[in-house]
Amino acid sequence: MKITRRSLAAATTALVLSLGLVSCGGGGGDAAADKARTLHIGNGAEPLSLDPHQASGTWENRIIGDMLQGLTTEDPQGRPIPGMATEWSTSPDGLVWTFKLRDAKWSDGQPVTADDFVFAWQRIMTTTPPAKYASILYVIKNAEKIYDGRIKDVTQLGVRAIDAKTLEVTLEHPAPYLPGLLTHYTSFPIPKHVVEKVGKDWIKAENFVGNGPYKLQQWKPNDFVHLVRNTNYYDNANVCLDQLFFYPTPDDNAAERKVRTGDLDINTNFSGSRLEEINKNLPGYARIHGYTGLTYYIFNMRKAPFNDARVRAAISMTADREFITKEILKAGQQPAYSLVPPGIADYQTGAMTTDFKGQSMETRLARAKKLLEEAGYGPNKPLKFTFSFRNSGDNPRVAPVVQQNWAKIAPWVQVEILGAETQINYEKLRTGDFELGDAGWISDFNDAKNFVYLFQTSTDQLNYGKYSNPEFDRLMDAADVEKDTQKRAALMKQAEAIVLKENGFMPMWFLTNRNLVSPRVTGWVDNAVDIHRARYLCTTDAQKSGTAPKS
Amino acid sequence: MLAYTMRRLMVAIPTMLVIIAVAFFMMRLAPGSPFDTERALSPEIRAQLMSFYGFDKPLYIQFFDYLKGLATFDLGPSLIYKDQTVSEIIGSGFPVSMTIGLAALLLATFVGVPMGLFAALKQNSLPDYSIMAIAMAGICIPSLVTGPILSLVFGVYLGWLPTAGLDLGKMTFETLLLPVVTLSLAQIAIISRLVRSSAVEVLRSNFVRTARAKGLPESQVLAKHALRAALLPLVSYLGPACAGLITGSVVVETVFQLPGIGKNFVTSALQRDYPVVMAVVVLYAGLIILLNLLADLAYGLLDPKVKYE
Repeated sequence: MKITRRSLAAATTALVLSLGLVSCGGGGGDAAADKARTLHIGNGAEPLSLDPHQASGTWENRIIGDMLQGLTTEDPQGRPIPGMATEWSTSPDGLVWTFKLRDAKWSDGQPVTADDFVFAWQRIMTTTPPAKYASILYVIKNAEKIYDGRIKDVTQLGVRAIDAKTLEVTLEHPAPYLPGLLTHYTSFPIPKHVVEKVGKDWIKAENFVGNGPYKLQQWKPNDFVHLVRNTNYYDNANVCLDQLFFYPTPDDNAAERKVRTGDLDINTNFSGSRLEEINKNLPGYARIHGYTGLTYYIFNMRKAPFNDARVRAAISMTADREFITKEILKAGQQPAYSLVPPGIADYQTGAMTTDFKGQSMETRLARAKKLLEEAGYGPNKPLKFTFSFRNSGDNPRVAPVVQQNWAKIAPWVQVEILGAETQINYEKLRTGDFELGDAGWISDFNDAKNFVYLFQTSTDQLNYGKYSNPEFDRLMDAADVEKDTQKRAALMKQAEAIVLKENGFMPMWFLTNRNLVSPRVTGWVDNAVDIHRARYLCTTDAQKSGTAPKS
Repeated sequence: MLAYTMRRLMVAIPTMLVIIAVAFFMMRLAPGSPFDTERALSPEIRAQLMSFYGFDKPLYIQFFDYLKGLATFDLGPSLIYKDQTVSEIIGSGFPVSMTIGLAALLLATFVGVPMGLFAALKQNSLPDYSIMAIAMAGICIPSLVTGPILSLVFGVYLGWLPTAGLDLGKMTFETLLLPVVTLSLAQIAIISRLVRSSAVEVLRSNFVRTARAKGLPESQVLAKHALRAALLPLVSYLGPACAGLITGSVVVETVFQLPGIGKNFVTSALQRDYPVVMAVVVLYAGLIILLNLLADLAYGLLDPKVKYE
């Protein structure tokens, strides 16, 4: 091979051409046609699935909730309102709910019937691979037994179509929170007539049929999900936007730059440490709101040292939650001294707290040292344990801080910190291979039970530390059969007080949701569940043009 | 040469098998599983999932099942991305990674080689030191730093180019320029240093001295004799470098939000999506073997002393 000046020049031309040629490839097209009615949304991560029976993340919910709609749906504040059901009634014992469906159509023009719901709910309990999130619907009669195979006959599930527009749901126990629960995508209907024909490929863009305000137009893996307006949606007249693009944005900083150049209208996260910079460069974009989620540390009560309540109390009270939230996290997170986060419906959050809330750190350190000495620890018998944490988000920055906090109790308190990938950390929690471990929990539906049940003996897998108290369990069982919302909340509060008193876990901080929202976007309302359905959103340009519906 | 090529390809089969076996068993020995998430599964459901994906069988049977699938080009389902098969994931991401990787490699070659040669010709002078200092900086500064800086300067401050992403699925000159440049910077540095050191050596060799003694003009000495020999180390480097570049860079794909397969490698490994990790390993290993073979064949074309027997 000879390399001459001519061949070099030819190769340079080839390079330029190769870069130029790629610009000719690919699809896309009319997407930019109507900018005013298009939103580009940074959605955090790539959807693992758009099938509501296989999805499991908040970033999938954002897309699925715009394509499909359940019996109930969310208002702009994220509160449950009638969706496919216009009204419902409950039997005197609170176990049988009857829903009246509206005259709605699927995007192919077929009517949405009660049968579609029955089909969907039976499918989620029996689909393969098993739907990981089906347990949300365990409140439905026989759901758990059908899901884990103890009942083979799927028609035993507590749901039936009385007629095309009437659905009857039978529950295992009264659940006044059912309308909230039914906003969750696991309960959405799916088009029976399509799924029976094409199977699991129904979710591919070429087959997709939905009953929500948007339908799936294209999904380019790892690139974007494109939704377009469903003109058959029952409330289409009040929908402003025509097209939505959801992009996976795992790198918050890269997404922030795209928001800055106007390539993204919304990004569903930003780093707390960037807040000052964002407020300077993008005034009015940062939206922070309390979130119904909690970061908590779990004591492994199967073994020493944390099978001793005194040790648990000493360790929990000495973590400086104020310093962590103000100086490390910096994005509005609240120090947590209770289990149920603010913003949970029908529950006076924070009414029950740990007994050390409000005490100075000096008092707490002295108390902690005394408690540990009572438990037999001291210079001759140092307290040694390992704190395992997720190597993601803010957790690696917090771990050395709490390590220092505990070291202040006494020189004989020696803590090793051990970071691990999220999957490995959860495997350790699941198998009990930890002493003190960190975990996070975000509510699936707006009800206090979603948090308090984490410490019920029967919760088993999610009760990582194996906290168990018969009185706690009795109160939770009583709450399950209580129909009166106030009385039910009171029972759960008593249960919460017990687990806090016994330091069954360490509440650390309540989460915030953080969005970057361009001032161009209208109709956005910050809320505790961080759900913002696109049908309520519009843009200032579309509103200026005068044809936008009132939102 | 044909016999040599055939022999190399025959040797590649056991090599690939060893790589696949090591990757397969190491992946399975790693702690954690694809089913360990915030929402813990009941033992019954975990057992159902394990059985659905065949994880309840002994590991060696799973390995043979995997090999059987691979022989029929069935890479299996993704354990994490439920709506896609592994072939679909690789099929949609590989063209993007390949385009960016090839463009970066071409750019690096056509900038790095002249830089290296020029430095060698001006050895121990200011231009030489300047080029080598730039090259050293190129090697030292990771794309994790250069990527966001380029994106900020040309995307945000100057507004000339998009900061990240493709143009709704289309690869355009504008969308690829920054990722290609970011990816090529370190390569330009490596290539120019490689070419410089080999050119310095070649320029001192006897055959170049002979050529000059014959009275050949300097341009002919360089183009006809020196360059060919100076490029030999580059050819050995380009084989594996090419395989590395076209299978995608996790940093560049994350910083510029590109739908390539480099990201898959890391995210799938973290999420324990075994089939996707295995597919990327097989692809990468296959490319390494193939491109190394091509590099060795190119050696024969450049160096008359090399004979294939």
